[in-house]
Amino acid sequence: MRDVAIVGVGIKKWGELWEQSLRNIFVDSALAAIDDAGANRIDSMYVGCMSGGLFVGQEHLGALLADHLGQGPIPGTRVESACASGGVALRSGLLEVASGASDIVLVGGVEKMTDVSGDEATYALATASDQEWEAFNGVTFPGLYAMMAVAHMHKYGTTREQMAAVAVKNHFNGSLNPLAQYPHPTTVEAVLGSVLVADPLHILDCSPITDGAAALILCPADKAAEFSGTPVRIIGSGFSTDTIALHSRADLSSLDAVTRAAQKAYEMAGKSPADIDLCEVHDCFTIAEIMATEALGLVEIGQGGKAAEAGETAIGGRIPINTSGGLKSKGHPVGATGVAQAIEAVEQLRGGAGERQVEDARVAMVQNMGGTGASAVVHIMEAM
Amino acid sequence: MNVGIVGYGAYLPKHRIKVEEIARVWGADAPSYKKGLGLREKSVPALDQDVITMSVEAARNALARSGGVDPREIGALYIGSESHPYAVKPSGTIVSEAIGATPAIHVADFEFACKAGSEGMFVAHGLVKAGLIKYGIGIGADTSQGAPGDALEYSAAAGAAAFLFGSDNLLARIEHTFSYTSDTPDFWRREYMHYPQHAGRYTGEPAYFKHTIGATEGVLERSGMKPSDFQFAVFHQPNGKFPMRVGKMLGFSHEQMEAGWLSPTLGNTYSGASPIGLSAILDVAKPGDKILMCSYGSGSGSDSFVFTVTERITEVQGLAPKTRYMLEHEPIYLAYGEYAKFRRKIRKAE
Amino acid sequence: MSSARAWREYPQRYRYEAAVCDQCAKWFFPPRLVCDACGCREFTTKAMRRTGKVLTYTVIRVPPAPFKDQAPYVVAIVQMDDGPRLNVQVTDFVDGQLKIGLPVSLEFRKIYEEGEAGIINYGYKAVPV
Repeated sequence: MRDVAIVGVGIKKWGELWEQSLRNIFVDSALAAIDDAGANRIDSMYVGCMSGGLFVGQEHLGALLADHLGQGPIPGTRVESACASGGVALRSGLLEVASGASDIVLVGGVEKMTDVSGDEATYALATASDQEWEAFNGVTFPGLYAMMAVAHMHKYGTTREQMAAVAVKNHFNGSLNPLAQYPHPTTVEAVLGSVLVADPLHILDCSPITDGAAALILCPADKAAEFSGTPVRIIGSGFSTDTIALHSRADLSSLDAVTRAAQKAYEMAGKSPADIDLCEVHDCFTIAEIMATEALGLVEIGQGGKAAEAGETAIGGRIPINTSGGLKSKGHPVGATGVAQAIEAVEQLRGGAGERQVEDARVAMVQNMGGTGASAVVHIMEAM
Repeated sequence: MNVGIVGYGAYLPKHRIKVEEIARVWGADAPSYKKGLGLREKSVPALDQDVITMSVEAARNALARSGGVDPREIGALYIGSESHPYAVKPSGTIVSEAIGATPAIHVADFEFACKAGSEGMFVAHGLVKAGLIKYGIGIGADTSQGAPGDALEYSAAAGAAAFLFGSDNLLARIEHTFSYTSDTPDFWRREYMHYPQHAGRYTGEPAYFKHTIGATEGVLERSGMKPSDFQFAVFHQPNGKFPMRVGKMLGFSHEQMEAGWLSPTLGNTYSGASPIGLSAILDVAKPGDKILMCSYGSGSGSDSFVFTVTERITEVQGLAPKTRYMLEHEPIYLAYGEYAKFRRKIRKAE
Repeated sequence: MSSARAWREYPQRYRYEAAVCDQCAKWFFPPRLVCDACGCREFTTKAMRRTGKVLTYTVIRVPPAPFKDQAPYVVAIVQMDDGPRLNVQVTDFVDGQLKIGLPVSLEFRKIYEEGEAGIINYGYKAVPV
C-alpha cells in the first residue's frame, strides 16, 4: 500500500444557499480543490452524499457531478453511510490511491438540504435510523441522541451545563471561521434558554440544516511535490460499524464503533491519543462531541462533559476539539461534513487556520459518524 | 350442554374529562347537567386508542382469565361497535391476529348502536351452544362521539369488554337469553356523518325504557325468575340515571345494581356499557350468584342474559386488571382543549 | 409505508414474536436469520413477555409529520424481561412517574396513521405496570 497525501482542498461558505443547486455547490468546491492542488487531471472521484434522492430527488450523483465538473469520462460514484458519507468517501479515495489503482482522486461531499420542508428534512435524516424498529415509533435523531444523553447523565453525572459548554465553545470557534453557517458566539444561558427539541436537548444543542459541499485531492505521498498545495499525509484510517438500532447496543452511553475505528487508525498511524494535537469530531449534538472525545481516548471515559466545561477542549486547551466550529456552528450538510472535517485538519496542519490556528499542530484527527454511531470513520493526518 | 363465560376482561382508557369542563366551554350549567344526566365525568380515548386497541387489551384480559385457552381454539370473534376505525376493513381481523386466533376463525364486526356488544356475545355463545365452535369471543367496544355542545358530548365515552364463551371450565353459566327488537328511530348516524343525531326525549320512554323492560321481562318470564332472585343486575347506561330508573321500575334495588353501575364516572361507553358493567360485577361476584344483564341499542333492541356464577370465579378475578381499578386508578384529567385534540374536533390545515 | 410492509411485521408488532437461537438461546426481537452471538441459523419462535423496564427516555417535542398530533410524547429504550431491548413510546404515566428503571408493560396501540384515508399502523407502546 502506498502512502497517501492530501494536496488540495476546496470549501465555500455554508448555509441556506437558496440560489445554488446541489451540482453547483459541489462543482464550486471541487474546482477550488483542483485549483488548490494545481492538478491538471483527475483519475477518479468519490462523492459522499447521504440522500440526494430524498433532499433533491437526485440519485446517480457520480455521473452527474463528474459531468458537471468537466471530468466526464472518469469513474465516479456516490458513497453513502448516512452522516458518515463524507468520511467514508475519503476512506474510499484513500484506498484507491493507496492500492495503486489511481493516482489523483477527488474526494467530495455534498448535501443540499433546504430544497425540502423541515418535515421532509426530518424524514430524510431519520432514514439513517432503523425504519422498522426506531423511526416507526416516532423517534427522531435529536430524540435518539437525547436518550444517549440521558443515559450518559445517569451513568456519569454529565450535566446540561456541560453539554451547553460544548455549544458555547464550538460557536466561539465558528465565530473565527468565515465559512461557518452560524459564526455567532453564544452563552450557556442562551443554550439552556433555547427551545427544547428532545429533552434534555435544546435547539442550540443541535447542529443545523445546511447546504454545503467540500472537496479535496488525494495523490501518492511520493508525488505530492508535483502539486502546488502544501501536502498533508494521511497516516491512519479506521472504519467500523455497530448495530443500526441504538437500543441493540450493550452500552447506550458509549460510541463503540468510534472506539474501534479509532483503535484501527491509531494502530495504522503508530500514534496514541497523546500524540493528537487537535481533533474534529462529529458534534451533530453536543452530547455526541462529549461521547466522541471519550471514545477517541482524548478524554477519560465519562469525563467528556467536564473536559469541555473546564476548557480542555478549547483552542489553547489541552486538546482542541472542533476548531472549525464543528457541525454545531460551521453547519452540517450531512454528506459534506466528513470531507470538511478533513479540510479543517489540513488547514491546521498547513498552519493556515488564521485565528483558529492551534500552535505547533503536527498531528490532527478527524472523526465522522452516521446515525447514532452505527458507522464511524476516523482518520489521522500529519504535516509533511 | 352448559354454555357460558370461560374468561372475561375489560379495558378502560386512563383519560377523563369532567362535566364542569365541558359545560364551561359551552356556557352550560354544569350542576343541572350533572343532575340531569347523573354523571360527573367520562372516559376519553387518547389519540393512540380506538375500538381495536381497546378490544385487543380486553380480549387479552379475557384470555388471561380463561385458564389457558389456546387462542387457536377460538372459532369465532365478534366485535360490536358504532365506532369501528375503518368504514371498510374489519376490526375483528386485527384483534384476532393480535390475540393469535387466526386463521381458523369466523370474524365479523357488528353494528347496532349501543347493543352491538351484547349482539357479539349472543352470537358467540349461540355458536358454542350449537356445537359449531369450541370457543367464541364477543366484544363490546366504542369510542363514541357526541357533537360539540350537544347533550351527548357529556356522556359519550370509551371502553371495551370481552367475553370468551365455551362449554367447559366456566366461570359463569348462561341460563337464559331473550332479545326484544322493534324499528324505533331514536338515534342514528348516516354514512359519512361524523356525529350522530338523536330524537331528544323520544330516546327515553318509547325507546330505552320500552325495550329494556321488554327484554328483561321476557327473560324473567322465560327463566321463571323474579328480581329478588338475583344478586346483581346491570342495564345499558346511556347516562347515570336511566339504568337505575329502569331497574327500579322492574323491581331491582340499588344494591343489586350498584356493582355494575359505572356510568356516573365512566360515561356512556355505548356498545361497551352493559358488558363493562357485567365485567365489574364478575370482579366481585361469588359462586352461585345470579346476574341479570340487559343491553339496549337505539334503533332499537335489547338483549338480556341470565348468568349463574360458578366456583371458578374466585380463581380468575385477580388474573387481570379489575374494571373498578381501571376506572378509579390514577385517572388523567383533560382540559377541553386537549380533549378536543384527542377527539379530533379541531380543524387543521389539510 | 405500504400496507404490505406494515403487514410483514404484524407477528412482532401484534404478538411480540421473537426468535430464540437454537444453539445459544439468545433472544432476537425482531427475529433475524443469523445469530450475531454464535452464528447459528436455526431459531425457535417464542412470544416475548410484555414486561420490562425503562433504560433511558426522552420527550419528543419536534415530531416527524405523522406524529404531529401526538407531540409531546415520550420515547424510551426498554429492557424487556426476556432479554431484547426495544425502542418504544411510553404513555399513560402520571406526573413524576417517568424515570430510569420504571417497570412497564406493552399495550396494543395505534402508532400512526397514513393520513386520514390510509391504513392505520398498530403496534405496541409501553405503559407503567
